[in-house]
Amino acid sequence: MMIDLMGPIEKEELMSSDQIERTIRRLAREILDHNRGQHGLALVGIRRRGVPLAERLAGALWEIQAVKVPVGHLDINLYRDDLSSVATQPIVQSSEIDFPLSRKIVVLVDDVLFTGRTVRAAMDALVDYGRPKAIQLCVLIDRGHRELPIQAHFVGKTVETDAVEMVEVRLREIDRREGVLLVEPAS
Amino acid sequence: MSPEAIASKSGASTPPTSRGGPVSFNAKHLLGIEQLSVDQIQLILETAKSLREISTRPIKKVPTLRGKTVINLFFEASTRTRTSFEIAAKRLSADAINISTSSSSIVKGETLVDTARNLEAMAPDVIVIRHSSAGAPHQLAGSCTACIVNAGDGAHEHPTQALLDALTILDHKPALKGLRVAIIGDIAHSRVARSNCLLLGKMGAGVTVCGPPTLLPVGFERMGSEHGSLTVTDRMDEALEGADVVMMLRIQMERQREAFFPSVREYFRYYGLTARRMRSAKPDAIIMHPGPINRGVEIASEVADGPYSVILGQVASGVAIRMAVLYLVIGGRDQPLRDPEG
Amino acid sequence: MPSLLVKGGRVIDPAQELDQVSDVLLEDGRVSRIAPGLQAPGIPILDASGLVVSPGLIDIHVHLREPGREDEETIQSGSEAAAVGGFTSICCMPNTSPVNDNPAVTSFILKEAERLALTRVFPIGAISVGSAGERLAEIGEMVNAGAIGISDDGKGVMDGQLMRRALEYSLPFKIPVIEHCEDLNLSAHGCMNEGYQSTVLGLKGMSRTAEDAMAARDIMLAEVTGAHIHIAHLSTRGAADLVRQGKSKGIHVTCEVCPHHFTLSDAACRDYDTNTKMSPPLRTEDDIEALLEAIVDGTVDCIVTDHAPHNPNEKMLEFDQAPFGIIGLETALGLVLTRLYHPGLISLRRVVELMSTQPAQLINQPLGHLKAGSAADLTLFDPDAEWVYDLGQTRSKSRNSPFHGTALKGRVAATIVAGKVVYRCPEYFEG
Repeated sequence: MMIDLMGPIEKEELMSSDQIERTIRRLAREILDHNRGQHGLALVGIRRRGVPLAERLAGALWEIQAVKVPVGHLDINLYRDDLSSVATQPIVQSSEIDFPLSRKIVVLVDDVLFTGRTVRAAMDALVDYGRPKAIQLCVLIDRGHRELPIQAHFVGKTVETDAVEMVEVRLREIDRREGVLLVEPAS
Repeated sequence: MSPEAIASKSGASTPPTSRGGPVSFNAKHLLGIEQLSVDQIQLILETAKSLREISTRPIKKVPTLRGKTVINLFFEASTRTRTSFEIAAKRLSADAINISTSSSSIVKGETLVDTARNLEAMAPDVIVIRHSSAGAPHQLAGSCTACIVNAGDGAHEHPTQALLDALTILDHKPALKGLRVAIIGDIAHSRVARSNCLLLGKMGAGVTVCGPPTLLPVGFERMGSEHGSLTVTDRMDEALEGADVVMMLRIQMERQREAFFPSVREYFRYYGLTARRMRSAKPDAIIMHPGPINRGVEIASEVADGPYSVILGQVASGVAIRMAVLYLVIGGRDQPLRDPEG
Repeated sequence: MPSLLVKGGRVIDPAQELDQVSDVLLEDGRVSRIAPGLQAPGIPILDASGLVVSPGLIDIHVHLREPGREDEETIQSGSEAAAVGGFTSICCMPNTSPVNDNPAVTSFILKEAERLALTRVFPIGAISVGSAGERLAEIGEMVNAGAIGISDDGKGVMDGQLMRRALEYSLPFKIPVIEHCEDLNLSAHGCMNEGYQSTVLGLKGMSRTAEDAMAARDIMLAEVTGAHIHIAHLSTRGAADLVRQGKSKGIHVTCEVCPHHFTLSDAACRDYDTNTKMSPPLRTEDDIEALLEAIVDGTVDCIVTDHAPHNPNEKMLEFDQAPFGIIGLETALGLVLTRLYHPGLISLRRVVELMSTQPAQLINQPLGHLKAGSAADLTLFDPDAEWVYDLGQTRSKSRNSPFHGTALKGRVAATIVAGKVVYRCPEYFEG
């Protein structure tokens, strides 16, 4: 364990890089099982770390069953309910969904499910692009503390946390290291 | 990850700047390009690029500024700028209210500050102001709690026009830095020229302004020359030589009455943009104009409608820039609030 | 008439080559004796130790706004502000409503001043009827009623022939013709100095040539006519050079400079504060340098305020629509001492010459000195006192000054008019 006096304290590694890879393959299988016999599966990753997760899931789906699933990127900042209370204004990035959503089964992908507000915003954003047949939710980590009635269909790992703790998902596409960490903010 | 966590973790989002950490707008008003840093200009441009996609959706609206009120306070007639701000506000779900009043306060017998205080009673979040007097937005900012956005003040600044011009240029050119931009016409009375010179100068472009000496104001060569270079010339061929971008300014007919030049015919002969003159510019040079254009006065139709004209692109960029500005000033504040997870 | 013994001050009277610690005995509104260690049993004493005692300051360029704009200033309130500023005499410009272009208005001003003013008030009559620049006003009648000079201040006399006639006509009356030098075609409805700052701010500029060209014309006309031309509120290097040349040629040309013109440059307009808008406008650093040179070398004859009160509502307008002018009576001496005396540009004696001796000569009044028998008009000031100007305390009815909150060094302690103390600064004198 590394202790940085200035920064947050890393308490525990919840997942290693290998475990992330195995979890993604398992989640891909669960998605296929759950939607057996259905057509029109699509993945939409929530920026930022939901995007590489969605891309990896698409890769896994291809490997497992040679299913080609389109992947979209969604920026939810314009749909947040806390714009007037956050300290630093979020930087808006573009959403890229270049396939029609109607009659699709859209699996929203994000790294951590916490209060549920991001997912709420993501669903609002999605319906502005079209009317999917169904929206399902896939997350790598569910850490509890929900503030909205939202549950994930597919969960990589459920973790008990304190509300003040943070779960940091690091992915090689974005971060230098890969792994999931439980972090306590410096007091 | 929760939105809170996104907000509180530095490095969680891609910084729209080459200078390191993510920047936040942190300005309550947009009074002019003069007050903006390079990072703030980059942030507005990047945000506008992200927001542009909204206008291509079947449902051209996001709920971001729901419940916010934007007052478009126009003391000077301008359908296109007012409409552009109005559409921008509505695409972000803000309530947009237009107040057009052609007479200045001295005619109405009500001072600008009185007008502002009356509007404050309606609790607007943003006041977008267009005024024929330079400095009116600055005076308003001093007496209002709302965010003030300058939509053009006299011959001073028109910051959103310069920003949308920059966004339009970036659709056609890889970067602003190092570009050669010619701005031609009535420099003296042009807020568009001032804001563009300041912005392009800050972003490292080389600007040449050109017009008859009667329409070139004193000391203009010092404007915005801190980072880029600014040259002033009264010879159009010199301005066009090797230009990547040619910006034509509107000539107002009253300037002829005020003896700034003898006739429109003569003006066009020396400072009108024709296909023949464009040969001095780079082969891929683009042509811009803040509109409305005077065909045959400052620009020939063959050029205005030609393949290198991006005049209509400017209009489309306008909505995205104004959406970005409204989003950023409402969220921007001088003092950051508490960090919810810090 | 009151009597007073001013004790222990440093008496500076350039007219008598006097600069020494001395007592000044004032009897029946006149100066009776100046000598150290005077005894005057039964006469009240004003302790002036540590203070400079000078002949009363004279401002030959103020706007009192009465008649017509009593909401902005009155003869009474203007004279009160003058007394606070150490002035014992002020000359009011004729651009009131109605214009002081006839003896009735001149007499009205003098009667009101007699009744209510704390200081002496000398009216300046208009050059042309209604100051419209078309035909001569009744200059002789106004002089007969008490006017001490003529001017169409507020704008320049555009018609060169009319100006020539005014100068010629003024000769028998021995009055200065005071010109607001501004060629209105050249200043072109500008609202600040034309230059880099006006370009950046997008405001219409008033070129310095507008002032220089009219000053040149007027000095030439003074040469031709032999009359006395006085250039009001000179603000440019060009006009200063022209006056210097004119004087060296023996032309009867004099000029005045305002404290704001040698204190602030046009960069002060950057915030669109309408209290930085006046005519002539704040000029460039180069002009400030030229004004300082002209003050030091004697080209400038006097310091004036161009005190121009405006209703706050009007100064709340947009910069290009707000009226020109700032108030200045209360800050003038402080700015002169801060900007000219303390940096070592001029002596205290020169300060007194510029603000009392020479303006008195310019308007041909037997004031501006402390010779025995002269009017007991005195200004007491502490040249080293540091203070901050607070518009909240102003005695003017208007608030349009860019110097609110400005730290100044040199402060008026008391003002005495005809032997009567009309102002005493509470910092120096109780009650």
